[in-house]
Amino acid sequence: MQALAKRRRAALTAAALAVAGCVAATEMAPKKPPVQTVEILAQRFNFTPEEIKVKKGMPVDLALTTLDRLHGFDVPGLGLRAEIVPGETTHVKFTPEKAGRFLFHCDVFCGEGHEDMDAAIIVEE
Amino acid sequence: MNALKQQPDFVVFTGDITQTTDDPQERRKRMAEARDIIKGLSVKTVRFLAGEHDASSDNGAAFKEFFGETHYTFDHKGVHFIVLDNVSDPGAALGEAQLNWLKSDLAQLDKKQPIVVLTHRPLFDLAADWDWATRDGQQAIDMLMPYEHVVVFYGHIHQEHHQMTGHIAHHAAMGLMWPLPAPHSQPKKGPVAWDPAQPFKGLGWRSVDSETKKMTVALTEHPLAKSTT
Repeated sequence: MQALAKRRRAALTAAALAVAGCVAATEMAPKKPPVQTVEILAQRFNFTPEEIKVKKGMPVDLALTTLDRLHGFDVPGLGLRAEIVPGETTHVKFTPEKAGRFLFHCDVFCGEGHEDMDAAIIVEE
Repeated sequence: MNALKQQPDFVVFTGDITQTTDDPQERRKRMAEARDIIKGLSVKTVRFLAGEHDASSDNGAAFKEFFGETHYTFDHKGVHFIVLDNVSDPGAALGEAQLNWLKSDLAQLDKKQPIVVLTHRPLFDLAADWDWATRDGQQAIDMLMPYEHVVVFYGHIHQEHHQMTGHIAHHAAMGLMWPLPAPHSQPKKGPVAWDPAQPFKGLGWRSVDSETKKMTVALTEHPLAKSTT
């Protein structure tokens, strides 16, 4: 019996250490950086806002909607592309890894002012 | 053109014959005017390419009514010409159907066949964020790569530019109106600002001298400013 009780104590101690270890691991885990959410509105022939500032290394969630028709969202410098469909919110999620100014434009021809439908994402250090 | 002593065998328009309009009736009116002006050319063999200003608003419907198909081939003095349409799709793509058509056309050719590709947008990524690219252009380039003698002439960027993708040369020439800036030379794409001191800045034309036996060509650029001062 004494041997059994000893084994149980040892098991409980081990379990307690394991729990303590979990707590310590949780406390030590790096905090997730907050997501930078930006709403972008497309309509012939502009994006609002025309300039978006985000921080390098922090996750970004772009929420794209259109007021009129199908538009494109193309950011070649960041390797991002999506279509903005009427009645839907298109989410483009990414984490910028380099600072700079990245032009984006509508790449679905939308009429007389299509060529001027562009804007920029500024990634700051 | 009509004043040239040596008249060309044919004339090619590389697109943007008209400016964009959202009004389908106005679009057709402009195309009719352009067609009537072009009828005045002494050269009667004229090949047309669509530009995005002509075709992207209606998938090329009005353009086809006035100027015919938007992708086709023709042969001239041993050279195979391929006209590719990267503007009727509002997303600036050639599209799967046209790429399959290109593949079938190329399959009939000898690898030594001289090929000239005519298209409006560059097939390679010149400045994608300025819409100076074709979304699936690389697929066309890949199909052309096995052929030894290929050159691509394109419009769209209104300036002299030369680019090699492997052994394939891509050339754009200056235009006689609406000069555009060098890629990424200014924050946003837009026409070269009007400068009264240099009214012909960015405008010009190109002459091509060919040596058919050696299969070589020499391109010479002729800035309009230089020839008028």
